[in-house]
Amino acid sequence: MTSTSGIAFQLLQSLFVVLVAPLLMGWVNQCRAWLQNRIAPPLLLPYYTLAKLFHKDAVIARDASPLFRLTPYILFGCMWLAAGIVPVLATALPFAPAADIIALVGVFALARVFSALAAMDIGTSFGGLGARREMLIGFLAEPAMLMTMFTAAFISGSTQLTTIVHTLAHRDFAVHPSLAFAAVAFLMVLLAENARIPIDNPTTHLELTMVHEAMILEYSARHLALIEWAVAIKLFAYMTIGIALFLPWGIADAGDWAALPLAFAALGVKLVLAGAGLALLETLLAKLRLFLAPEFLSSAFLLAVLGMLIHFLVRG
Amino acid sequence: MSLAGQIVNLLAALLLLISFAMLSQRRILTLIHLFAWQGVALAASTLIVAYSTGQTHLYFSAALTVALKVVLIPWVLHRLIDRLNVRWDVETLINIPTTMLIGIALAIFAFALATPISQLANTITRSTLGIALASVLLAFLMMIVRRKAVPQVIGFLAMENGLFFAATSATYGMPLVVELGVALDVLVGTFIFGIFFFHIREQFDSLDIRHMETLKED
Repeated sequence: MTSTSGIAFQLLQSLFVVLVAPLLMGWVNQCRAWLQNRIAPPLLLPYYTLAKLFHKDAVIARDASPLFRLTPYILFGCMWLAAGIVPVLATALPFAPAADIIALVGVFALARVFSALAAMDIGTSFGGLGARREMLIGFLAEPAMLMTMFTAAFISGSTQLTTIVHTLAHRDFAVHPSLAFAAVAFLMVLLAENARIPIDNPTTHLELTMVHEAMILEYSARHLALIEWAVAIKLFAYMTIGIALFLPWGIADAGDWAALPLAFAALGVKLVLAGAGLALLETLLAKLRLFLAPEFLSSAFLLAVLGMLIHFLVRG
Repeated sequence: MSLAGQIVNLLAALLLLISFAMLSQRRILTLIHLFAWQGVALAASTLIVAYSTGQTHLYFSAALTVALKVVLIPWVLHRLIDRLNVRWDVETLINIPTTMLIGIALAIFAFALATPISQLANTITRSTLGIALASVLLAFLMMIVRRKAVPQVIGFLAMENGLFFAATSATYGMPLVVELGVALDVLVGTFIFGIFFFHIREQFDSLDIRHMETLKED
């Protein structure tokens, strides 16, 4: 692997993630509309929304501090960084040694802290409410996420995400009960972290239930556009982490240009299926009361810990 | 590891998962369904052990498991909760996350306890002994934290499932006579419990076991 082609791979992947992430969001929304017997919005609607928001003039509250203006850029940067670490198209990315899975969880936590701070910065009641709910969900989801990652790390003997994916993609087929547990736990964390249905409803503005929307209520124009984009990248990153850990087949090695079309095709198929699956799950489930969220996330934690324990017990 | 061993491990993990699900389940009806699914996992793992080791008597015990624990006992329990009119009862459990954490601690304890024991066994399924022990302890925990009579009995039956699984994983099952005897005991036990339920309800007007703690009427 030459370093130039590795860097080219890295750049290609980073650009690809940023550009394609809203498309995934549009696909999920479209699937959900179909499942709910509504006329689906166009697939490219998230792009139109972003373009519209970027052309508007930003309105900022009188009491806003620089933190409030800065946060959208931090969020976007964090999510882009996360997407650069995750092996989406190829393993052995040159950028990957910069951060392992623990740092990756830390990057998501950094984004969460800043969005909560920005929400409280304005001093509206909605912002504080949303921030506190987000932190409640976040501090419960994070250990579950870490445990899930550790299960995969134990199987492959490394906390480097690219090494894990490389090991998992090139092993012989084997039934790993521990990975099955981790997969279910990861799905639950994905739903909670991305403000999807059992925990939060991404489409509602009802003050009793909203978590994420309450935090970004004060943002407008380009700031809102960046946050929406960051949310799309976050969903994309989580889905690709899930795919990389539990369905890694078809991923290319870095610098292997010949394997790239196959990697694109495999990723496309997996993402289309994952998006449809997410929409189906959101249609089937009902939103939980906020006070049931700890129960939901402690179940995720339990599953992840069980997965890890079972790995030690049966070595598989 | 052979494919059969891997599938048995997966089913064992499923068994443990169902044990945890039962521990956290509030609805009696869902509890009975979970119990039936645990029976399915148990029978499937017994069947795979029987097939991969050629122990013919395990086929019988798998059939016995399906007949008793998947069909007959859930059916009896269904009828019981219909008659007792507790079909849609929701139990108020205290703090499920804490119970879950205690459950994890129990599972770790069971795994640590079983590892040296399972080294002595030479079966293909010996590594699942810890899971069997954990599901016995979890069923025990369920009997302790539940206050209503029906979930306690389901906990008792789940404990028997765990013991059965332990026997299969450590020694390829008990002799058929013993298994038949245990199965009959469980069946008779369920019927006797059913009669007890009616007596408890007649005496105390509810199935809450707490009423039995005060024996004197004052």
